[in-house]
Amino acid sequence: VVSARTYSDFTTQATFEVKKCDVFKLDEAPATQVVMTRDEGLQYYRTMQTMRRMELKADQLYKQKIIRGFCHLYDGQEACAVGIEASINLKDHLITAYRAHGYTLTRGGTVKEIMAELTGRRGGIAKGKGGSMHMYCKHFYGGNGIVGAQVPLGAGVALACKYKDTDELCVCLYGDGAANQGQIFETYNMAALWKLPVIFICENNRYGMGTSVERAAASTDYFKRGEFIPGLRVDGMDILCVREATRFAADHCRSGKGPILMELQTYRYHGHSMSDPGVSYRTREEIQEVRSKSDPISLLKDRLLSNNMASVEELKEIDVEVRKEIEDAAQFATTDPEPPLEELCNHIFSNNPPVEVRGTNPWAKLKSLS
Amino acid sequence: MAAAARLFIRGAHSTLAISGVGTGKQSSLFKLSAGCSSRLKAQRHVAHFTFQPDPPTTEYGATQKMNLFQSITSALDNTLASDPTAVIFGEDVAFGGVFRCTVGLRDKYGKDRVFNTPLCEQGIVGFGIGAATAGATAIAEIQFADYIFPAFDQIVNEAAKYRYRSGNLFDCGNLTIRAPWGCVGHGSLYHSQSPEAYFVHCPGIKVVIPRSPLQAKGLLLSCIADNNPCLFFEPKILYRAAVEQVPVDSYTIPLSQAEVLQEGSDLTLVAWGTQVRDVASDTSRSVSPEHFRSMLNFSLVHVFQSVARTGRLLISHEAPVTGGFAAEISSTVQEECFLNLEAPIARVCGYDTPFPHIFEPFYIPDKWKCFDAIKRMINY
Repeated sequence: VVSARTYSDFTTQATFEVKKCDVFKLDEAPATQVVMTRDEGLQYYRTMQTMRRMELKADQLYKQKIIRGFCHLYDGQEACAVGIEASINLKDHLITAYRAHGYTLTRGGTVKEIMAELTGRRGGIAKGKGGSMHMYCKHFYGGNGIVGAQVPLGAGVALACKYKDTDELCVCLYGDGAANQGQIFETYNMAALWKLPVIFICENNRYGMGTSVERAAASTDYFKRGEFIPGLRVDGMDILCVREATRFAADHCRSGKGPILMELQTYRYHGHSMSDPGVSYRTREEIQEVRSKSDPISLLKDRLLSNNMASVEELKEIDVEVRKEIEDAAQFATTDPEPPLEELCNHIFSNNPPVEVRGTNPWAKLKSLS
Repeated sequence: MAAAARLFIRGAHSTLAISGVGTGKQSSLFKLSAGCSSRLKAQRHVAHFTFQPDPPTTEYGATQKMNLFQSITSALDNTLASDPTAVIFGEDVAFGGVFRCTVGLRDKYGKDRVFNTPLCEQGIVGFGIGAATAGATAIAEIQFADYIFPAFDQIVNEAAKYRYRSGNLFDCGNLTIRAPWGCVGHGSLYHSQSPEAYFVHCPGIKVVIPRSPLQAKGLLLSCIADNNPCLFFEPKILYRAAVEQVPVDSYTIPLSQAEVLQEGSDLTLVAWGTQVRDVASDTSRSVSPEHFRSMLNFSLVHVFQSVARTGRLLISHEAPVTGGFAAEISSTVQEECFLNLEAPIARVCGYDTPFPHIFEPFYIPDKWKCFDAIKRMINY
């Protein structure tokens, strides 16, 4: 196709069919006919592409030893983060585990801040003190390293929302490995008992580090594990399915019906972390198959193109812009200075005046400001 | 009573003469590696020390070159072979473990003896206590010592108190919990912690930290044989870095004893785990590095004797200084040896902060900080 099209030639919105969600203890299910506008589609595409390129850049920087420590990449799961954010607003709260770069972006972090945090520089979103697993921003509570520990926290945030009588809810994410932790079940009980406005989301990417779900769980129906909490099983590779299901869940919570549990069936292309090649517990063919048949960005792109909602050139333009943004961010992350040594002891406590921190020997003391 | 004194010969990278410290004889034995300032400026890529293996010994039979994780595998192999009730379980142990400590054991002994658990530390330890009480030799693995806290209640409230509360009718002495421990260079907040102080505070469990492959295998076998629940912390930075000749057969090293690495007359140094390297590596005076093999039921008698002779004591650990185990040793020593002390007891430990991400090189009590403390104590 050679002819140049003006933007007024594009379809402004279209209806799409999405997979029906399995339900548990629910009379209704999320809609299967969903509407997406052109603007929404382009925005989702841009965000998902930014996320994908950011993670791949992080992979590159890690291999160059510019990022060190632990790095858990999110590529493959972009539809989850972007789809969830599409149905909530920035006043709602979200908490997740350590695979958090994607959520930091959707919750308001910039790529520059995220990359600088990965490299541990002072321009990082947590001042360079947290690293990959500990990124935070307004109404986004991280970024948590200990598996499962963020779930009771999420319920607590939801309690605060209910107590303060705002219309906010809390989205509380965890993985298929964490679903077997005891504190998750304690949280289900509290949330259901007190009807807290919390959406529990289990991002099931089929592998808890290197253990497949069949080898870890007596029941792999993670959306039913809430027992007395209604559940949905959602196709996590289709952004519209995720968006619709989250909308359904958010309505459920905001109407005062209490918690709801969503299982997003998704997939990660990289291994568990950068130290994991990701092929010792699954085959390359499997990864390839998911990449070719269910890649979230490709699915969205096909939908936009085949419904005349965008042109190939337009999407390419977005790709170029995204690439530039990532390059600039990587440049910043590599050249920004590291936090000053005084930062080592700051913010341990909240204190005024500064306290002294005892150190490696009796004569070395540092000041802790807060 | 007299522990074997082993001469600690330090391989030198280059000699750095420090004026005014030590006699000629001493400085030929203990050489400091150069490049301090360049190390601080350059990005850290390697460990902050070099492991010095002990000289080979035939005390326990034929030996083989092994690193720390291989010596652990060897100990577990010996146990599974000799004890039919022994089982090993934890996260990812079946394929060999994230640090390769259990490689080959499942194939050799079967999947009902070496098996994976789901991701549930509290469940793992609780389950281990039950298995041990029922008579199995239960060897549980917690993937990183930082993750042991969900199991803290089970360890402290159940395992430690079982024998006491049942009047010796029941016990879980067959339980051993292993966990990788300590800083590793890039671990940051949740892969570098040293939680020994929390557990040493609890009567009823034993806490053991080896310093080398030879010690690790013997101490682990002792823990497994011991009739009390034991926590065995393995310094993860040494898993590959520490290589020694380790006996192939089973042998035990007694718990509850301090090991004297070197006799000396000016200063007593006490450390455990990785810190033994840092502490013993920077001796420009005649020092007496002692190594604690096990923390509770330890025999401080050696330390008292040593301090009575030298008059100065330095204790070093990676964990934060406040409430660390050095505080306990320090307090006990000043009770016994108050009049012998020539200088205040120095504790060279981590800062009172969470284990930092990018600031790790500044946080850890390395040999330069130990050296600084020694200098001040000598000149007190």
